[in-house]
Amino acid sequence: MARTKDKNGGASDAGQREEAAAAAFEAPARVGVRKAYKMLVGGQFIRSESGRYRQVSDPMSLGGTKENVPWASRKDVRDAVVVARGAWEGWSGRTAYNRGQILYRLAEMLEARQGELSRALERGGLDAERAAAEVAATIDRTVAFAGWTDKYQSLFASYNPVAGPHFNFTVPEPMGVVGVVAPARPALLGLMGAILPIIASGNVVVALASEADPRTACVLGEALATSDLPGGVINVLTGPAAELLPHLAKHMDVAALDLHGLEPGLLRKAEEAAVGSVKRVRARSLDEAAWMDAAGATSPRWIERFVELKTVWHPAGI
Amino acid sequence: MTAKEATITGTNGGSAPLAAVTPAARTALDFGNAWSYAPAPEATDHVRIQPRYELFIGGKWVAPQSGKYFDTTSPSTEQKLAEVAEADERDVDLAVKAARSGYEKYWSKLAPIERGKYVYRIARVMQEKARELSIVETMDGGKPIKESRDIDLPLAAAHFFYYAGWADKLAYAFPGQNPRPLGVAGQVIPWNFPLLMAAWKLAPALAAGNTCVLKPAETTPLSALMLAKIIEECDLPPGVVNIVTGAGATGAAVVGHPGVDKVAFTGSTDVGKRIQKALAGTNKKLTLELGGKAANIVFADAPLDQVVEGVISGIFFNQGHVCCAGSRLLVEESAFEVLLRKLKDRMATLRVGDPLDKNTDVGAINSKMQLDKIRQLVESGEQEGAERFSAPCTLPERGYWFAPTLFTGVSQSHRIAREEIFGPVLSVMTFRTPDEAIEKANNTMYGLSAGVWTDKGSKSFWVAQRLRAGVVWANTYNKFDPSSPFGGYKESGFGREGGRQGLLAYLEVD
Repeated sequence: MARTKDKNGGASDAGQREEAAAAAFEAPARVGVRKAYKMLVGGQFIRSESGRYRQVSDPMSLGGTKENVPWASRKDVRDAVVVARGAWEGWSGRTAYNRGQILYRLAEMLEARQGELSRALERGGLDAERAAAEVAATIDRTVAFAGWTDKYQSLFASYNPVAGPHFNFTVPEPMGVVGVVAPARPALLGLMGAILPIIASGNVVVALASEADPRTACVLGEALATSDLPGGVINVLTGPAAELLPHLAKHMDVAALDLHGLEPGLLRKAEEAAVGSVKRVRARSLDEAAWMDAAGATSPRWIERFVELKTVWHPAGI
Repeated sequence: MTAKEATITGTNGGSAPLAAVTPAARTALDFGNAWSYAPAPEATDHVRIQPRYELFIGGKWVAPQSGKYFDTTSPSTEQKLAEVAEADERDVDLAVKAARSGYEKYWSKLAPIERGKYVYRIARVMQEKARELSIVETMDGGKPIKESRDIDLPLAAAHFFYYAGWADKLAYAFPGQNPRPLGVAGQVIPWNFPLLMAAWKLAPALAAGNTCVLKPAETTPLSALMLAKIIEECDLPPGVVNIVTGAGATGAAVVGHPGVDKVAFTGSTDVGKRIQKALAGTNKKLTLELGGKAANIVFADAPLDQVVEGVISGIFFNQGHVCCAGSRLLVEESAFEVLLRKLKDRMATLRVGDPLDKNTDVGAINSKMQLDKIRQLVESGEQEGAERFSAPCTLPERGYWFAPTLFTGVSQSHRIAREEIFGPVLSVMTFRTPDEAIEKANNTMYGLSAGVWTDKGSKSFWVAQRLRAGVVWANTYNKFDPSSPFGGYKESGFGREGGRQGLLAYLEVD
């Protein structure tokens, strides 16, 4: 039967699956090449140093093939922070225009991988229509934040009319390494929607991907790696937030945390750990509609949460 | 004395042993032929210029109703490059109607992010075709290829890229003010930065949600027509951008058309005033970017070698065809002699000639008409008693050329100190106190830009706060960026281009 040969093939209903299972094994004419999913850290595709993995199913293949996703450890978190810190100077030192061009290039790469990303979301449990809509929204969000890189400054900065012969102004500057916990859903838009406003201003990110659909984050990593984004600017780990977040939260080289959809116990633990280096913590739970709402989710206030403000005094006199 | 010895004498003019044997007249640098450059022309064989260009109206290439065409020539060779349609009132009417329909049918109905993505496309394709466009810009306008390649093109693409990003952010740019597009914008641009000015006009207008009728200058229409081809290639909805070529009458038809909601003009103060008058009482919105007579103020404490580079590029960049050119040099008296000597030395090293040569610093004057105007004003400078120095350089036989020139002994009442020459001519004056510098710098009907050079940061801010000019460059000159607003005080016009502020020219806000 032709369908049983098609291990990589399209959707099938339960009836067909049963029928396929009942049929005698028949080796396919061509054996598909399966992918080893890896995490993107420092521009490299890595497995967990711990060797841990988690199995995720592939409901789109016949028989529900299991696939393996790396399951990050505490040391992976620490390594990722070191790598991110190393990328910070280069990324924040680029011109805002250049960061904008790089993010726009990322949108170009995502657009080209629309089908692959949609399929990843479908395998993670979405129907085709919702998956396609989430991917399209992710690409447009990337375009929107590509545009913000050289514009938020004109909204946050100020000339301060101090009462004296001085030229006094306030400018926003990036903070450094920001830790992100992505929401469970939407797995792709939630991850990118949190990361984009943070890196737009020159921060770098260590993100923990959705545990509900970690595979999509690995596929996203492949798009990130083929954009012009320098290695280490976005580092995506797949792993258990409950175990990893406390380590991220107490890391002295992490400047801030952006936490999405955490249960109260874990959130409190993270906030307490953050005290050690006086981290800025933002935590919230947005529903899927809020993530899909472009007008709200592309607000410059998302950027403002992760910049410092620097005021410069300069005398004006002969 | 050989040329080599002269070089050494020149650079060490102040050192005792050489100065003792060198007559003062020989202290000027004289390279002779010791530093001759081999020609390094940019290849043009991959550039396609059509023999004839029609009007770009409603997404189609349309012949002018009058059937009339005019030649566009290269000012460096006087050779015809192409013939271009001359739009009259009927064609302009068609273009405005196309723009209106493009606005109503498509552009105003698009989601802002989608509008932005169209504008991003334009930026990307311009980047892809940057070399070709810069060559055409240089052939048609006469500016050195190194300027069109390294300044005009990257900036023009950056402008589209920057404003593309504003399209979906207008509500954040003007919170609580309900920003909305004006409708159809009529835009008339000059010949000094043909493509860059097209970008300055189209990018914010489109991002803000307007549709456009753009009229490029008659001596430099080609790059705007190539931009029309790019816009076509980007699949913009028909009528969103319309480009009509022609001379002053075409521009007047665009500005005067009752279907135009907004007029944007860059050009001379003279024409700007006529437009402002024509629009009086019509309710059309107007922005004007007009002439300038910028003061470049040099204090004695400034690093003079950097000053020389800044002053030279301030006035000789683009043959001085720059509205914000630093055409009045104000030097603190104690630094005058040494700076003047350094300036003359530097002027002698400027390479004037073939704009397509990658080593050329100063290209061709844009047109015969402009050359005549420069000559006339320079003559008036001589007649009024100022002392002229022109760089010793060989000018090509064909084409329109003018050697880099400076005047000393200029008084504030001289025409060359008051009128915009729009050519490679610098008027040098002196001052004794900072207050006098401010007084002289502001003594003009213009107020587009100014420069200040000093080693003391506080002084540059003190000066900047007192200059009546829209842009002040401190220890630098002629810097432009899409994120930085540009525009004038006083009779240099009103409205700003660039930055968040540049959006306001194309928006209605509460």
